[in-house]
Amino acid sequence: MTDAAAPPLALSVVGLRKKFGDVTAVADVSFDIGRGERLALLGESGCGKTTLLRMIAGFERPDTGRILVEGSDITDLPPYERPVNMMFQSYALFPHMTVARNVGFGLVQEGVARAEIERRVEEALELVRMAELAERRPDQLSGGQRQRVALARAIVKRPKLLLLDEPMAALDRKLRERTRLELVELQRRLGIAFVIVTHDQDEAMSMASKVAVMDRGTIAQLGTPTTIYERPRSRFVADFFGSANILEGEAAGRLVRCPALGIDIKTDHAADAGDGRRVGVAIRPERIALSTHRPEGADNAAMGVVQALSYLGDRSICHVEMAPGLTLRAAIDTRHDQPRPGHGDNIWLAWAARDAIVLGD
Amino acid sequence: MKRFPLAVLAFGYAFLYLPIATVIAYSFNESRLVTVWSGFSTKWWSALFANEAMIDAALLSLRIAFVNACAATVLGTLAGIALARHPRFAGRSIFVALVIAPLVMPEVIMGVSMLLLFVGLERHIGWPERGFATIAIAHITFSMAYVAVVVQARLADFDRSLEEAAMDLGARPFAVFRSITLPLIAPALVSGWLLAFTLSLDDLILTQFVSGAASQTLPMAVYSSVRLGLNPQINVIATIVIAISTVGLVASALLLRRKRRA
Amino acid sequence: MAARPSDPTRLARAAIVGPPFAWLLLFFLAPFAIVAAISFGQNAPDAAPPVAMTGTARNYAFLLSDALYVDAYLSSLRIAAIATVLTLLIGYPMAYAIAMAAPSRRPILLMLVILPFWTSFLIRIYAWRGLLSEHGLINALLRAMDISGDPGTILGSEWAIYLGIVYAYLPFMVLPLYAALEKLDRSLLEAAADLGARPWRAFLSITLPLSLPGVIAGCLLVFIPAVGEFVIPDLLGGTETLMIGKVLWDEFFTNSDWPLASAVAVLMLLALLAPIALYQRLRAREFGGS
Repeated sequence: MTDAAAPPLALSVVGLRKKFGDVTAVADVSFDIGRGERLALLGESGCGKTTLLRMIAGFERPDTGRILVEGSDITDLPPYERPVNMMFQSYALFPHMTVARNVGFGLVQEGVARAEIERRVEEALELVRMAELAERRPDQLSGGQRQRVALARAIVKRPKLLLLDEPMAALDRKLRERTRLELVELQRRLGIAFVIVTHDQDEAMSMASKVAVMDRGTIAQLGTPTTIYERPRSRFVADFFGSANILEGEAAGRLVRCPALGIDIKTDHAADAGDGRRVGVAIRPERIALSTHRPEGADNAAMGVVQALSYLGDRSICHVEMAPGLTLRAAIDTRHDQPRPGHGDNIWLAWAARDAIVLGD
Repeated sequence: MKRFPLAVLAFGYAFLYLPIATVIAYSFNESRLVTVWSGFSTKWWSALFANEAMIDAALLSLRIAFVNACAATVLGTLAGIALARHPRFAGRSIFVALVIAPLVMPEVIMGVSMLLLFVGLERHIGWPERGFATIAIAHITFSMAYVAVVVQARLADFDRSLEEAAMDLGARPFAVFRSITLPLIAPALVSGWLLAFTLSLDDLILTQFVSGAASQTLPMAVYSSVRLGLNPQINVIATIVIAISTVGLVASALLLRRKRRA
Repeated sequence: MAARPSDPTRLARAAIVGPPFAWLLLFFLAPFAIVAAISFGQNAPDAAPPVAMTGTARNYAFLLSDALYVDAYLSSLRIAAIATVLTLLIGYPMAYAIAMAAPSRRPILLMLVILPFWTSFLIRIYAWRGLLSEHGLINALLRAMDISGDPGTILGSEWAIYLGIVYAYLPFMVLPLYAALEKLDRSLLEAAADLGARPWRAFLSITLPLSLPGVIAGCLLVFIPAVGEFVIPDLLGGTETLMIGKVLWDEFFTNSDWPLASAVAVLMLLALLAPIALYQRLRAREFGGS
């Protein structure tokens, strides 16, 4: 698998499984990350993403499967012998040590000379702009400062892989957005591959080069953020990653017959399942155009009655009843020159063939 | 559990319980020797129940323990509330020191000093006469500290917003206390009462100092008997005391747990 | 916060704080003043109470110059210190094992530690009197293992006192240690392992320093009362081991010398002032307030 000439993968996970008692936390997960790549494990709590991360760090032993870092098998190594470092959700800063001693802790364990430790601690603290606070204790720091110390502590040993467990969970929203960019910037400079666990899809999309959407212990889909948003493979991914209207129908070539809506939905790709199979069709709310008259030349169009309008500031969501029990959501922008549909109005919905995504399961 | 902790716990609990187990076993021993097993017998049990001095001592101890537990629970609860809910008042640091000190103060020191107080009081105001009252006062003084700590811990544990919600709904402070605080700390009061009762029932040194010539409590009777040598009747008393306190502790633990879940 | 509490609030506070405060001032603090005063008096065997208030420091001069009393003080401190260390050595692994057990098992394990504390102190010491006697179980065991021929009698030796203190005070050591260890955030240990610390080094650099408040509290809870211990040296120790609690007892009950016993108590209290103050500070922090 490891070609001598090609650089080995940063991380390679092969067939990992983990059960806790009767509960399967991780069921047969495999994936690779190239050097310098950023992978986000995205999912709801209990989907197995944290267990997966903890197996890579060495805190949980997989029941079966292997974990390779830069080509060497670390599955049987204890955490303190693995070339990976983790930034904990709680940061896990040692409360009885100063910032500098926290950051230097890992180097002390390695037996690095004292002068060298001092130099590298300072360097790491410079990187996260915390050098002035080196002698503070964790309880004298703000949440954002603590997070930067935790980050410095995790990168100071120059790990081959950096693990981030919900790194932004303890920060407020404004700080979160700024920190995401800083983290990615820092990662680019250092060139360390990272795996980030998060339940926040904005975070996954803005920080990761690849996203793995996890569901009940398996990876439902792995790909770039764009692929996963534009071409989700399953109802779960379409619904979880972003928001989607999902219609049920029957595949027929590049059409999906949708009796509930009363039309055949045109798509630009055929269902994998083949003709006659039950499939889903996902349509993103912001890809639906609204108009008072039947739109000319639209790939797909259908009429409904406006049921409710929720104003969200940057956009509004219009709930349109297409048939009894079938409501579609359409996003409309809130520029003042746009018409605002009113409750009870008849309205036309239109969307392009390429925005109707056929879902396998 | 891994092997090391298991071994540690096995050793620790064996150390704690083997002596107690031998005491119980030898209360059923035929022989007078408390170190040699010579067959099962309940004769020491009958001997104890015929021992009037011992029975009287036990009854006195129970009466004192009851009075002590009730008074210590009232005073200790007030002290616990003061610790947990009144962060500032004149002399608070002295108050805190006075509540904590009895928990560690060597009993011989407390014994001498309280006796001297009682003697002085009796001389100047004719009260208290040494006996039931002085023993009870001495016991209340140190067991209320234990109750205070238990109640304080419980109060510190529970959500302050429950009281605030009651006030928000119009309850005056006393109504808040009666309808919210008191029911929530009730388990702590019960275990505080039981603790005070047990401490009183068990106390020797303080009692010996303040008791005067006429009154003899159970630990005093046990102590003078033990000084003379090993005596199977003591084993019987030990077995009864252990049985009662086990039941008491288990009951209060179950109570605390059920209340917490509710 | 309101600038000044309203009168009903003050009244309620007085009703809460007043009774226990008054009780403790009268029955706990005032007696110490009396003891201090009487320690400067003299024994008057024919009076009732047998005290003459002469206002001399004779008792103190006597106690500090008599080798017997000085020895008794020093050996009490030494025995209490050694016994405290022994209790810590047994109590720490136990508290650690309980804190690392499954959360559902911890309450029962903890209760098993507390239970002996609820059964009579006197009876637990009595139990060891039987076990340690010449023909007791411990000697039988030692003989069976045949370590060094005749083990002699442990009862009456200093070892019996250590054993008694460790046994009687073990719960007081385990409880604060457990409280400190249970609070310990497990992710700190994971972080240490993640950064390359082997389990033993993680213990030394993280667990131990963070459980230090528990260690100190536990040691004080054992050491302070053990210094003044009477029952254990009296029932398990021999005649050659003098502990200050026993000296005080004998001065009081056997020699009826109340002023001298008071002076013994005052000196013991002075020796324990620092550890008691330290314990006070640890506990007072828990209670919060200003």
